[in-house]
Amino acid sequence: MHWPIDLIVLTFVIFCAVAAISVKDLLATAILFGAYSFMMCLLWAVMGAVDVAFTEASVGAGVSTVFFVAAVFRTSRRTKD
Amino acid sequence: MKFIGFVIVCLTGALLLYGTGEFPDWGDPASPASIHLSNHYIEKALEETQVPNLVTAVLADYRGFDTMFETAVVFCAGLACFLLLRDFSRKKERFYRHTATGVILHVKDSKKVLKTGKEFEHMDKDWVPSDLIIKTICRILIPFIQIYALYVVAHGDFSPGGGFQGGVIFGSSLILLAISYDLKTLLSRVKEKVLGIFAALGVLIYVGIGAICMPMGGNFLDYVKLVPLVPGDPHHIRALGMLGVEIGVGIAVTAAMAVIYINIVSEGRHDEGL
Repeated sequence: MHWPIDLIVLTFVIFCAVAAISVKDLLATAILFGAYSFMMCLLWAVMGAVDVAFTEASVGAGVSTVFFVAAVFRTSRRTKD
Repeated sequence: MKFIGFVIVCLTGALLLYGTGEFPDWGDPASPASIHLSNHYIEKALEETQVPNLVTAVLADYRGFDTMFETAVVFCAGLACFLLLRDFSRKKERFYRHTATGVILHVKDSKKVLKTGKEFEHMDKDWVPSDLIIKTICRILIPFIQIYALYVVAHGDFSPGGGFQGGVIFGSSLILLAISYDLKTLLSRVKEKVLGIFAALGVLIYVGIGAICMPMGGNFLDYVKLVPLVPGDPHHIRALGMLGVEIGVGIAVTAAMAVIYINIVSEGRHDEGL
């Protein structure tokens, strides 16, 4: 039985997604996207798609977070809306 | 306006959720995806390609053409970052720090370049002394990360992973070097030209392996026709072909990741970064 784990992780995914678009601080958004990707990675792993989970962990949670942080570092940290 | 947007998003989400109700169950053996092609891959892939990891077999062999253009997309992403952001204009002023005394020199003449080394070091306007603990830990970690990345590329046939993941991990080890030391350390180890050449070389390796198959009498990316060129057990030729293209993908992705990071973080000036 892995459904409870599934549902808990899915709840975290939704929390991270909603938080990422509602937070004013763009650096926090970048980190929340990293957390979102990591939760998605757990979901893929639970579903047995290990290759996709690996890609999500390295690309989504790893490199793209760094790219976002780098972009925030060079632009502004506050969003206007 | 915001309220209308919210309503539209909610409606679209409800429609999508309604649509997913019609999907076959997760892992349903009677679903359309599982009756035609999947059976062939699951039953025949190991026999035909000698590769235990079905995902790699499908990605790099059966759907090799698709993966080739994915690599090209990553290459194009790196190229676009370079073309949009790269700034070749010369810097007007430079800052140097005398290591022994901590005195900071402000050089306004753009032609005067001090030699950095033991006595002077480069300084940027938002310069912070790099932390000894972070530097040491990263110096220890980076070789292991790189070995792991090479393992992921080389072992893609047998375990999860492959060129994309390995390339991204190798690229992030380069980025870690740039973050823990500074951008100049990375650029003095890996030149910008080298990165550009590697990004193109990776795609070239992939396309080259595919193209060699054609004069040998096969279709594009038909690895079986490479048997006369490769010594060893002819049964493993498709696995070897996959390894070759995975290496190409790994090289291209590594270089593209590093190019994207360097150009974003320094606004294309390649001097100072995070």
